[in-house]
Amino acid sequence: MSELPPAIRLESVSRQYTMGESVIRAVNDVSLTVPTGQFLALLGSSGSGKSTLLNLIAGLDRPSSGSVVAQGQDLSKMSSLELARYRRQTVGMVFQSFNLLPRMTLEENVELPLRLAEVDRSERAARVREALQRVGLEKRIGHRPSELSGGEQQRTAVARALVNRPKILLADEPTGNLDSATGESILTLLREIQKNPGMTIVMVTHERALAERFADRLAIMGDGKLLSNGAAR
Amino acid sequence: MKLRDLSDLAFRNLREAVLRNSLTTLGVAVGVASLVAMLSLGVGLQQLATSRLAKSGLFDSIFVTPKTNLRGPGGGPPATRTPASKARPLDADARAEISRMPNVIEVYPQIRFFTEVRYDGKPYATMVAGMPESSKTSGAFDGMQGQFFSSPNADEAILQAEFAKELSPQTSSLIGKDLILRYAERQSLAAQAGDSAGNPGGFSVVPKEKHFRIIGVVETEPASGFGGFGSGRLLIPLPIAETLRAAQVNDLRDILRDSSSDKPTYSSLTVRVKSPSLVEATETKLKDLGFSAFSLLDASKSLRIFFSVFDLLLGIFGSLALAVATLGIINTLVMAILERRREIGVLKALGAADRDVKQLFFVEAGVMGLFGGVFGTLLGWLIGRSLTLGTNIYLHRQNLPGVDISSVPWWLVLGGIGFAVLVSLAAGLYPASRAARLDPVQALRYE
Repeated sequence: MSELPPAIRLESVSRQYTMGESVIRAVNDVSLTVPTGQFLALLGSSGSGKSTLLNLIAGLDRPSSGSVVAQGQDLSKMSSLELARYRRQTVGMVFQSFNLLPRMTLEENVELPLRLAEVDRSERAARVREALQRVGLEKRIGHRPSELSGGEQQRTAVARALVNRPKILLADEPTGNLDSATGESILTLLREIQKNPGMTIVMVTHERALAERFADRLAIMGDGKLLSNGAAR
Repeated sequence: MKLRDLSDLAFRNLREAVLRNSLTTLGVAVGVASLVAMLSLGVGLQQLATSRLAKSGLFDSIFVTPKTNLRGPGGGPPATRTPASKARPLDADARAEISRMPNVIEVYPQIRFFTEVRYDGKPYATMVAGMPESSKTSGAFDGMQGQFFSSPNADEAILQAEFAKELSPQTSSLIGKDLILRYAERQSLAAQAGDSAGNPGGFSVVPKEKHFRIIGVVETEPASGFGGFGSGRLLIPLPIAETLRAAQVNDLRDILRDSSSDKPTYSSLTVRVKSPSLVEATETKLKDLGFSAFSLLDASKSLRIFFSVFDLLLGIFGSLALAVATLGIINTLVMAILERRREIGVLKALGAADRDVKQLFFVEAGVMGLFGGVFGTLLGWLIGRSLTLGTNIYLHRQNLPGVDISSVPWWLVLGGIGFAVLVSLAAGLYPASRAARLDPVQALRYE
């Protein structure tokens, strides 16, 4: 595994915001390498900068300085169009509040990334079914998110993140809105997904116990800095 | 994103806030309706005016006289008069030659003669005019009592209303009755023996009678077109009038000229061309052939200019409502951005480019414009029809014939819809670019 190039490499990444006259350093000079196929848990209290770091890896935000290289591509040098393509093809995202579109069925929600990637209509149905099968929700394909439990909604979000077959899965507090048993089942699912050769997972969480059970490595952030780089366990 | 997927999503979004989007679309529809209704009135009135003018035959006709004609309009002041040596007789050969000219649809002589009519045993003096078959469609006979000549060779007569009143105060009772036309027929005389100059022998005038059946009474004066010398009060088919060989006012002068009395010559011919725009070129050709030619200016040209300005003003007033509707679209879409902030964030997180988000809002604006345009054009057409209906009810009460004051041609239908889409897209520009610029991180945080 170590012979493969790293999936993600952060070099002296900083992200600062200006609010009035004060400068807030949300991420402050972070360097981190995530090898391909690793499940990294990014821990920290709220406001520690872990979600900002995840957004930088996702290409939703740009660093104020430093570089973010994912799958060999330097995100800081990409145009917004290239970043959009990167988000479509290279990463999948799972959020704390699921972020499913409420008026769409599960099928339509999961199909959305395929539409954005202009995948042929003939191919879409099979890909959506396959993704929902993987999370065990193929029988609820015609339901709307409001008809599902929290855990099922998060599973749908995982299916949506996987449907474009990304290399990196980014999860921002995926168990934050779930009870502990459901949260555990979601992490079990992520762990299974990680078994796919080459799939790298970065998960932001503040639940240390769960992270220790499921992740390969823990990195801890505080005040925008990387407090502990963690070691592969 | 592909257009089909974009439209799918746009329709879905529009259905989601169906009341608000329907009201916005209705706003566009009202705007388009006012524009289409205004322009349909402009177009309708223009068509009404030009068709009346075209039907009158005044602007597609050229009045041809021989160059030596001393009294016709072609004579002109003495200084411009062509010497008599170049003159060419306006006879049957000339008539045939003119008929063969390109763009000429009809050539007919002006036949009018003063005569006596006997009706119910009493004599009445009047002017007879021969009417060509084409005059049926000139509009002059619209709304007449009775009907037009059954055929160009029927012994039938139409009376001008004032003359009809002289015959009987109850003009409608005249229809179907007979009258006797008494006229002077021209009969040529053989050349006198010993006339070394070979001059034609002139003609004698023989009184004749012919029976005609009255088939109609007309209020207007169809035979008072330019080039005539007085209005015809008794109208008969032109081919019949020609066979009568009735002596006309010009005959005395003709006999002094070189024309043979056996060959009919005409004091004037009316030449009708396909459209008013061809009048000028044909008039020049006729002059080249050696005749005097005269026509009214192409009034349709100035009419077109007038109506272009008229349409422009109507269009500006009609567009005001559409301008208000544009603000409605902008407002609706800006509201939609606020409501769908999170959704835009999700779309961007899933890989939507700024361009995709912009196009999505653009298509939504376009769809509202399309529906508003279609519905508005239909509404505008209905308003136009209602105005026509109302006008016709009023005209009917005034005993006037109905008119079509509004017209929605295909270009107006397509233009109305196209304009609505275009204006809506323009209205969608600002909201779309604002949606595209949304920061996905901020948008995802929005609750």
